[in-house]
Amino acid sequence: MIYLKLFLTFFKIGLFTFGGGYAMLPLIEEEIIANGWMPMEQLVNFIAVSESTPGPFAINIATYVGSQVADIGVLGSACATLGVVMPSFIIILIVAKIYDKFKNSKTVKGVMTGLKPAVVGLIANAIISIAISVLFPESVTLAVFKTAQTYVSIGICAVATVLAFKKVHPIIIILLSAAAGIISGYLL
Amino acid sequence: MSKIKGKFKKALQLFIVFFKIGAFTFGGGYAMIPLIQREVSENKKWVTDDDVLDIIAIAESTPGPIAINSATFVGYRVCGFWGSFFATLGVVLPSFIIILAISAVLNEFGDLKPVQYAFNGIRAGVLALLFKALWTMYKKCPKGAVSYIVMAASFLLTAVLDLPVLYVLIGCAVFGLVTSLIIDRRSKNK
Repeated sequence: MIYLKLFLTFFKIGLFTFGGGYAMLPLIEEEIIANGWMPMEQLVNFIAVSESTPGPFAINIATYVGSQVADIGVLGSACATLGVVMPSFIIILIVAKIYDKFKNSKTVKGVMTGLKPAVVGLIANAIISIAISVLFPESVTLAVFKTAQTYVSIGICAVATVLAFKKVHPIIIILLSAAAGIISGYLL
Repeated sequence: MSKIKGKFKKALQLFIVFFKIGAFTFGGGYAMIPLIQREVSENKKWVTDDDVLDIIAIAESTPGPIAINSATFVGYRVCGFWGSFFATLGVVLPSFIIILAISAVLNEFGDLKPVQYAFNGIRAGVLALLFKALWTMYKKCPKGAVSYIVMAASFLLTAVLDLPVLYVLIGCAVFGLVTSLIIDRRSKNK
């Protein structure tokens, strides 16, 4: 039953994501690949879409995955989104009641000293897998390394990295990368 | 009766405000904080600026996306469970609708050559954005021996040993808790 599976998977993702932005990426990547829901390329494409549309990444990706893997797209999206929202919702309702205790809790602080750096390490690993799939599409072989596409991707990524660290807006970076992709696609 | 009516009115307002916040924040959670502050604290005076700081602290130490955490928390502060419910629904709905529409468009036009070329470029650009995101998260992380050990361990355990992310997270949480308790006890004994 794909709808239940979507709900449970995204419930798990919501329950074990600490911190904002891409903290969710390692778990999402793991689940999407493990379930064979979509190829890595499609996930990376969607990160760009999510950056260029309003709303939190978590909701965007849940809605998207749901719409792609279920027969009835809307229902799949609803199940995945409900799943990713539920844990936060329930936990915050509890925390709002015992707020002062929670704020000064040594246990919470201790757990967070472990979780914050863990997320950094996990994201680093997720990014490496993504980098391999972006730079060496198909499988990683030395012959692939020689293809022009790899060099183009490395070039775009290098320029985009400089722009990103110069605080150029993500949407502008995505638009420039798209233009570079189209131009090099027709030239090669 | 009027009490119920007032509550309903507030819940509806919460829905509208958070719908607006959801519809106009690009880049997720943290980008939302200034908007929440303006709408909920300055305009509506539902919570104080100090509350907003608390919300961030809570959102960071509870699981789940920051957007959902803060909507649920503010909603609860304003009018209890239904406040949470409508604020959360409001913040989720814009994304949900927009992404459903976009995913239909992507399915339709995704196979066109120029679109594929564009995404070839975009994927390389996204990689850059992820590098930047990683750097930002690294900088926000507490520094110190425990932190670096956990960072290296979580990376190696997933990259080399291919352990499931969930186990690594739980392991690191326990490690963080134990080491902070030990450090605490030592400083007390002195």
